[in-house]
Amino acid sequence: MTALHVVALAVVALTGTATVLVRDPARQLVVAGFFGLALAVLFFVFGAPDVALSQIAVATVAVPVMALLTLARMADRENDE
Amino acid sequence: MRRALGLAGLVALAALAVWAVTGLPSFGHPRGPYATDSVPAMVQERHVSNTVVGITFDLRGIDTLGEELILFSAALGSTLLLRAQRREGRVEEAAQRADEQRTRMPPSLRAAGAYLVGPALMLAVYVIAHGNLTPGGGFQGGVIGAAALLLVYAAGQMVALEHVRPVALVELAEAVGAAAFVLVAIGGMVFATVAMANFLGFGTTGSLLSGGTIPVLNAAVGVEVTGAVTLIITEFLDQALLREARSA
Repeated sequence: MTALHVVALAVVALTGTATVLVRDPARQLVVAGFFGLALAVLFFVFGAPDVALSQIAVATVAVPVMALLTLARMADRENDE
Repeated sequence: MRRALGLAGLVALAALAVWAVTGLPSFGHPRGPYATDSVPAMVQERHVSNTVVGITFDLRGIDTLGEELILFSAALGSTLLLRAQRREGRVEEAAQRADEQRTRMPPSLRAAGAYLVGPALMLAVYVIAHGNLTPGGGFQGGVIGAAALLLVYAAGQMVALEHVRPVALVELAEAVGAAAFVLVAIGGMVFATVAMANFLGFGTTGSLLSGGTIPVLNAAVGVEVTGAVTLIITEFLDQALLREARSA
């Protein structure tokens, strides 16, 4: 356990808490993206570069795009009613 | 009352978490022999330097075959569900209207998107091709490839792609990738003794094609994941475009 490990863990705790505290879903997605990146850094620091790469791919590409498009569709349905 | 109950629950959870963490083996000293033995085993017996890929595509290849088919059926399922909700004509109309709107997008943004497509595709191919050597592989490279295709859309070049019908191509890529994986698994039964057996020559450790069937499976997964993720996001995009068409 070095200072780098501690910092990486602290950033994950911070961004994770921030993700929960943000209430607006669209903003929450952006914060969740930072949380995902923080997790990727954590995996890398703890010696798992392969998992870190998967984490970057999922947290910065797949999840935000799909969630944003779903949000757009849901906002539309609410407008119709 | 609710707050007090919640706080009590959180404190109890924190105590359990601390208790669990103190019982973990210290960092860098795993208890079982598996973690320390798998690295030399992969280099000596399979000639791959990326142990993770060696395990997922060889030692536990059957497991990966299952995951591969899960992704395949997930893409298939979401496509079926979302396509049942719309008619073909309305999507074409919506896409056309979205294309018209896109000319209003700042040229700098479109240029940045267009410039990034090439490097992103290159990175995807690199990550897939070097899966048996360095961290990465079919899944990660596949998602990067899907992101590159998505950039084509974001850069507003969909008009150019309209003629080749990318959806048909993407569907084909997904099916071909999944089929290739299954065929290699069956190849183990035909050319060796059991399904998923590594029946190709292992090559020299550190070279691009080392590891026998591992790079082949890597490429198959790369093609399949690119197809599946692009297909899912395209279907989601179609839904968003329908919304634009109705509100316009």
